[in-house]
Amino acid sequence: MSISLINQSFNKAKEENRPALLTYTVAGDYTKKKSLEILKSISKYADICELGFPHNTPIADGGQIQTSAYRAIKNGIKINDVFSIVSKFKKIKKDKPIILMGYYNMIYQYNDEKFISKCKESNVDGLIVVDLPYPENKNFAFKCKKKGINFIQLISPTTSKKRLKKIVRDSHDMIYYISMLSTTGGKLKVSPKNILKKYLEIKKLNKFKNVVIGFGITEKTINSLNKADGLVVGSRICSEISKSLKKRQNVVTNVTNVVKRLKNKII
Amino acid sequence: MKLKKNIPLIDQHDKYGFWGGKFGGSFIPETLKKPVEDLTIQFEKLRKDKKFIEKRDFYFKNYIGTPTSLIKLENLSNHLGGAQIWAKIVSEANGGAHKIYNATVHALICKAMGKKFIVGDTGAGYAGKMLSMAAKKFGLKCKIFMGAKDIKRQKPNCDAMRKNGAEIIPVYSGSQTLVDAVSECMRYWVSNCDNTHMCVGSTVGPNIFVKICGWSTSQISRELKMQLREKFNKIPKKIKLVNCVGGGSSAYGFWSEFIDFEKKQIELIGVEAGGPKKSKLHAAPLSRGAKLGILHGAAAYCCQNDEGQINETESISAGLDYPSVSPIHCFLKDTKRARYTYATDEDALNAYKMVTKFENLNPSLEPCHAFAEAIKIAPELSEETVIIVNSCGDAQKDRDILKKRLRK
Repeated sequence: MSISLINQSFNKAKEENRPALLTYTVAGDYTKKKSLEILKSISKYADICELGFPHNTPIADGGQIQTSAYRAIKNGIKINDVFSIVSKFKKIKKDKPIILMGYYNMIYQYNDEKFISKCKESNVDGLIVVDLPYPENKNFAFKCKKKGINFIQLISPTTSKKRLKKIVRDSHDMIYYISMLSTTGGKLKVSPKNILKKYLEIKKLNKFKNVVIGFGITEKTINSLNKADGLVVGSRICSEISKSLKKRQNVVTNVTNVVKRLKNKII
Repeated sequence: MKLKKNIPLIDQHDKYGFWGGKFGGSFIPETLKKPVEDLTIQFEKLRKDKKFIEKRDFYFKNYIGTPTSLIKLENLSNHLGGAQIWAKIVSEANGGAHKIYNATVHALICKAMGKKFIVGDTGAGYAGKMLSMAAKKFGLKCKIFMGAKDIKRQKPNCDAMRKNGAEIIPVYSGSQTLVDAVSECMRYWVSNCDNTHMCVGSTVGPNIFVKICGWSTSQISRELKMQLREKFNKIPKKIKLVNCVGGGSSAYGFWSEFIDFEKKQIELIGVEAGGPKKSKLHAAPLSRGAKLGILHGAAAYCCQNDEGQINETESISAGLDYPSVSPIHCFLKDTKRARYTYATDEDALNAYKMVTKFENLNPSLEPCHAFAEAIKIAPELSEETVIIVNSCGDAQKDRDILKKRLRK
């Protein structure tokens, strides 16, 4: 079996002795065209790009990502536009993994099978569904796997040991560890030491699974967690878009600079 | 899809929490899995615990004040002709609405779980007011999430919350109403679930919250059943139980003991918020054919667009102004046990005018939706038909809106 693009990216980062950098931006933020431009530009520094398909009732997102999502919806983003952004991106950067992230109602309304097929068609590499937890997601995850799409399981500080074992056992190539009890964009309120402790617990169960840490990662905190397989930055990027728009500065340049700085902290 | 007999409706779900195989469930972020599981275990333990039941009944009797009265609306019935119209005055409960049952039970659970902080959402402000009362009573610190638009239109309840020592967190995102308040409250719980208990204000949200709320409000129908036997010597042959439906907590509470009866004997009628007559917006997912969707952790009929974005709603009644509805009402709809319809803002206002003209009663805009339906159907029905409306809230909170709309 061939190695997934996601695993290839982690392998490459490991060869360079650093964690993989994962970015999160919202498709359609702040326009369809600009979100593709941002994606192309930041992918020079990011190893894996997460792309959010925005929902107007995001129960696990903090203010920064909510703002991005509302802005994208207001500017007319539709789910098919999200797929077309991915397709266009993949035509130029076919080796850069793209992970779609969002809430289940959007997928449900599109139809599970149709959504997964469309992911395949558009060369999406992975999927994160915030409000479809384990074990309810088993069936959906299985359908993804059959189409060669990575379904990414989430683990949080509240995940019990028993659950952790099952989730890791049923996970695909990548696992997302939520660093703390928080929505996205919260200030990191747990010490890196404690975060890494739980991270190692997951790794111990299966060292071949790539585990990324997200929530509360900024220029300030990213280096303290550089032992992880990968680190996800989302809200920091979304807030940079908001800030640049407010100051009427070049959004693409500013956001790219943030990602570049983040990358430099972990090289 | 079938209802089972002799099992409370709240317990007729499968192992994943779905009623009828597709309504409800727990669509929650991973972080909430553990707190929801803990709460589920705790609740199942407590509801079997005699001491806890005694405690509940003690506070229901001495703190909430049970039973609330069942009265015949003689003047209104005479005026309309046809069926007899009765009302269960649930607004007599401490605080002025049925929300006190759920709030009291949540506060008791919170205490039993050793948590000191309790948070909740509110639309009309009743759920928030009652939770703040219960929190004060049981020595808990309380935060209430409320849409900025609702804070403006339901000021009397906000004053009450503050007086009870609760902190009101205004929510400015989205439509600034109940839907956003629930989202923000869930976000807060995601971040603070280690020391904080969350109370969902209606029979909505992840499975366990539907159950706790339904278990709490079912007090209403236990009382009603006894009162019917007292007043009529037996359960009358033709009853129609009319209730407004937003999230659906008062309707479930009003109906729960009667679901096993034949529809011919006891018809259940739910009245949703149809919104302003001239507006396209409404808050009536059941009666106006909304699609199944996932909102706030549950699958239910939900006002949304083709993409799955949640629609804005509009209703004069903040307590009904919610795009989705309880999964148990979806189940009752699809099994055809209950019938759902809607009343517009204007219908509700007219009902308010008529009820207050003929009766010494001051129902809030939410139950006025139910009264509108009762007024509509009563003249066509026979004299032995007993229509009972759940007058589940008091209009004191609506005084500003009523003043403006009716120059009262």
